[in-house]
This record gives sequence, structure tokens and C-alpha cells, in this order.
Amino acid sequence: MSTTALRVRRVRGKGAGLGLLAWLLGIAFFLPIAWMALTSFHSEQDAATNPPSFAAALTLDGYREFFGAGGGASPWPALINSTVASVASTLLVLLLAFPAAYALSINRVRKWTDVLFFFLSTKMLPAVAGLLPIYLFAKNAGMLDNIWLLVILYTSMNLPIAVWMMQSFLAEIPVAVIEAARVDGARLPTVLARVVAPIALPGIAATALICFIFSWNELLFARVLTGVVAETAPVFLTGFITSQGLFLAKVCAASLVISLPVLAAGFAAQDKLVQGLSLGAVK
Amino acid sequence: MTATTTAPVAAPETPTPVRRPSARLRAWATRAPLLPALIFMIVVTQLPFVATLVISFFDWNSLYPDARHFTGLDNYQEVLTDADLRQSVWTTVLLTVAVVLASLVLGLVLALLLDRKFRGRGIVRTLLIAPFLVVPVAAALLWKHVLYNPEYGLFNGLLHYVGGPQPDWISNTPLLAVEASLVWQWTPFMMLILLAGLQSRDHQQIEAARVDGASDWQIFVHLTLPHLRRYLELGALLGSIYIVQNFDAVFTITSGGLGTANLPYTVYQSFYQAHENGLASAAGVLVVIGSIIIATFALRVVSSLFREEVSGA
Repeated sequence: MSTTALRVRRVRGKGAGLGLLAWLLGIAFFLPIAWMALTSFHSEQDAATNPPSFAAALTLDGYREFFGAGGGASPWPALINSTVASVASTLLVLLLAFPAAYALSINRVRKWTDVLFFFLSTKMLPAVAGLLPIYLFAKNAGMLDNIWLLVILYTSMNLPIAVWMMQSFLAEIPVAVIEAARVDGARLPTVLARVVAPIALPGIAATALICFIFSWNELLFARVLTGVVAETAPVFLTGFITSQGLFLAKVCAASLVISLPVLAAGFAAQDKLVQGLSLGAVK
Repeated sequence: MTATTTAPVAAPETPTPVRRPSARLRAWATRAPLLPALIFMIVVTQLPFVATLVISFFDWNSLYPDARHFTGLDNYQEVLTDADLRQSVWTTVLLTVAVVLASLVLGLVLALLLDRKFRGRGIVRTLLIAPFLVVPVAAALLWKHVLYNPEYGLFNGLLHYVGGPQPDWISNTPLLAVEASLVWQWTPFMMLILLAGLQSRDHQQIEAARVDGASDWQIFVHLTLPHLRRYLELGALLGSIYIVQNFDAVFTITSGGLGTANLPYTVYQSFYQAHENGLASAAGVLVVIGSIIIATFALRVVSSLFREEVSGA
């Protein structure tokens, strides 16, 4: 056997070993989620055993409990509130970010990089520092426990990310395409809606999904500023474990249901996820 | 820098001789699409901080609103000398540094593994991203009740099989318990950023080095790591920004007990439970100062990546 053949075999052997290691680590990271999913289909008695009962009978009781079958509060108002807050704030973000990104990429204002970095810097100030004045304002304006207050706050939370992401998407559109439409006499709103938006659509969709995830996940503002009426899903989840007794299956079912929209949106936006999370710094 | 890059672009756009007012009008027309977003951000994010700053100079307990009065820097003095608050500053630093470093190292290992071709790479990538896509509160509940529970949690269940001890994870090592759950959630984030960095390497250069007889380790140390440096910095800084602000895990897993209260939790507690508006604001201002220090570095890294991209395009 020639030496090159030996070397190829050795390299291949090492490659397989590293592939196996990647699989093992992947499974290890996924294990808590897999266990959560399995537990959510177990009865409370089977969920609380040591050693764990892997092969226990499956049941939907955890889900029934979560959806209020056992006399607990129904999660639907919270789920609907979360949907309203996430969807409405995402739409508002897109409405504000799209024209702004246009003025920062295609038809640039002077000092456009400074403006971009202003948006970014707001993201770096911790939300908790502005919480008290917002709470006092909301209290005086009668906006406490109002879902639209959260819509406004989530919009401000996500707008910098959206501006950065969209700016980088729009900057990729060839200027000639826009110039051509301009020469044909199209006005700006028409150009934005008919020429720019269709090209930037995949990017806009990814931006929307990421804004949705962050709004859906948010806890601090929702916890402080909402009560019984405007409570969102994460707040509902924190108040879920009040009773004594066994609740593991119920908690797993609840966590899974509430995480489902995020898992779906995240996997859908997988390719653009890094770009959004790094505020457009990494492609 | 901005003036020199934009001026030549703007000039050829005005072929007709322009009178002054219309040039001004044109500038405003350019600015107009930007203004709604800009004004919105200033009103919603900057005004509250100004208010926080003002409140931080008052002795103000919301249960005794009539006793409100100006106290100058007293709140700051109290915050800085308060043992609990100093502890929470230290906790914040420990928590952030530990989580960022651990998830960065793990993320690097995973990114290097995923950068290679192997069977089922796409599936492994999806498995690894999943922890980041669990709602943070749900993840914290999962770790607290389903994994850490001393009687029937998964960890002790698995230890049971090998005849290991049955520790009470959260009581024995509360901060580590919070950190582990955050590392689990943030490692995918680091991995994604570093993977993007690895995939932007110059593959011809690596091939050339390999042809010249460089070992894998030499290539890693001399080519890959220097290239990854800025991606590592970016991951570390963005991770710090998100984790300094962490509230969900601390709130859910330990409720700030057992020495795990970080600054965001302390601020939340001091006004939400203790109604000390002035103190909470002073602590908030300190959080902001801390963040500004981190953010200055973060902005520098982002802007160096950004400038490279703009000049490269």
C-alpha cells in the first residue's frame, strides 16, 4: 500500500471520529429539549420518578392541564396577547425601518454611518435602566396593563436590529435598477413598493422573524408593566407553578407550546439568524 | 469619513443648476424617510434615560410620595456602599464573564467540528441551534425543575444509573446552576457567529499552507485563529451586552436568592418590591455606565467589521 493511500485512510479515520464527536455533542445539547418533549407526554407520576421512566405510557394530560382542563387559568388570553404584541410590533418595526434603511443605503443622508451607529448604541443601553420612568409614565397615563404599551416598547427594542439588517440587504440592490425606475418617472413610494421591496423580500422576511422572536421572548417589561389583562405568554409561564404537587409534565407541555412559535420562526430564518443577532455585522 | 464618501455620490445626482432653497428641500426629502424611525427611537429610548438620571438625584420612595426631595449624590453613595448592591455588581461581572467565556470556547469547538463535512451535518447544526430557540423563561424552568430537581430531575436520574451522588444543584452551586443554563442557551449563538467566520476564511491560502506542509494545528494557530479574532471579539461583546442584561434566568431559577442577584434583578427588585425609586434609578444609571464601557468596545469592533465590508463591496 502506498504512503498516500495510508495517509488518506488515516485522515478519513480521523474525520469519521470528529464527525462522531459532532454528533455526540449535538445530541448532548439537544437532550434537554428531547427530554422536555418526552416528559410533556408522560403522566405527572411517571414524570417524577428517579430513575427516570423513559418508556412510560404516553398521554396528553400535560397539554390538557396546560390548556386549563384541570381548572387552572386558560393560557389563551396570554397567548393571544403575546401574538398581538409580537405581530403588531414587528409590523410597526418594518413600517419604520424600511424607509429608514432606504435613507441609509440607497439614497443616503449625510453622515449615514453616524445615524446607523446611533441606532446600534440604543441597543446597548440596558432596558432595565429605562424601566422605572416608563413604569411611572404608564401609571400616570393609565397605560399599565395595556398591550399597546408593550407594542411600542418592543418596537423600540427591535427597531435598531431591523434598521441594521435591512440596511445591509438594501445596500446589495444594484443602483442601476432603482435609477431605471426613477428615470421612468416613478415616485419614491412607488419605487419602494414596486422595485425595492420585491428584491429585498427575503431579507425583510428574515428581519420580521427575528423581531418576532425577540418580542415573543421578552419577560422583564411584560412582567413589570402588565397584570391580569395584558399578561403575555412568558409572564403566564412564570406564574404557572404556584400550586403544590406534581407539575413537571404540565410545565414541559407549557414550555414546549410557548416555545413552538420561536422554534418555527428560528428554523425558518436559520440562514439569516446570525446576521440579525450580530446586528448585521456578520453575513 | 462620511462627508468624503457621500459628497461625490450626491453631486452627480443634481445635473440641473440648483438654487439654494431647492437644495435644502432636497436634503430634507432625503432625510424624510429616516425621520419617523429616528424620532421614535429618541422619544422611546433616550427620554426615559434622562428621566432615570433626574430621578436618581431624588430621595423618593413611591409609598411615601410626599416625602420626595432632592438629595444630590446620596443615592449613588448609598448604592456604592450598600453591601447587597456591591455584591450584585460582582455577581453581574462573574455571571457575564463566566457565561461568555464558556459559551465562546464551546461555540468555537462546535463551529470547528461543524466546519468539516460529515454525514448529517445539517441535522447536527439544527440540533445545536435548538437550545437558542427555546423561550428563555421556558429554558430556565426546564433547567430548574426538569434537570436540576434533586429528587426526580434528569441529572440526578442519570447519576442514579452510575451510582453517583444526588446533589441539590441549585442550593449547592446556585450561581453555577444559573450559568450552566445560560451557557447552554448562548453556545449556539457563539457557534453561529464563529461558523460564519470560519466559512469566510480564504480557502486558497489554507490549501497553499497545506501544500507547503503545514500541520492542521499550525494552520489553526497561524491562519484560522488570527482570522477568527474579530469574530471572537464580536461574539464576546454581543454576548456580554445580552448577558449583562439577563433577567429571565436569575428571576426564574433562583429569584435572585443565594447570592445570584445581578444588577438588572436588583434594579427590578428595588423599585418593584421595595418601591425605592431614587435608589433604583441610581443603580440603573450605574448599569448604564457599565454598559457604555462595554458598548464602546463593541461599537469599535462592529464598526471595523462594517468599514471593511463597505470598502470591500
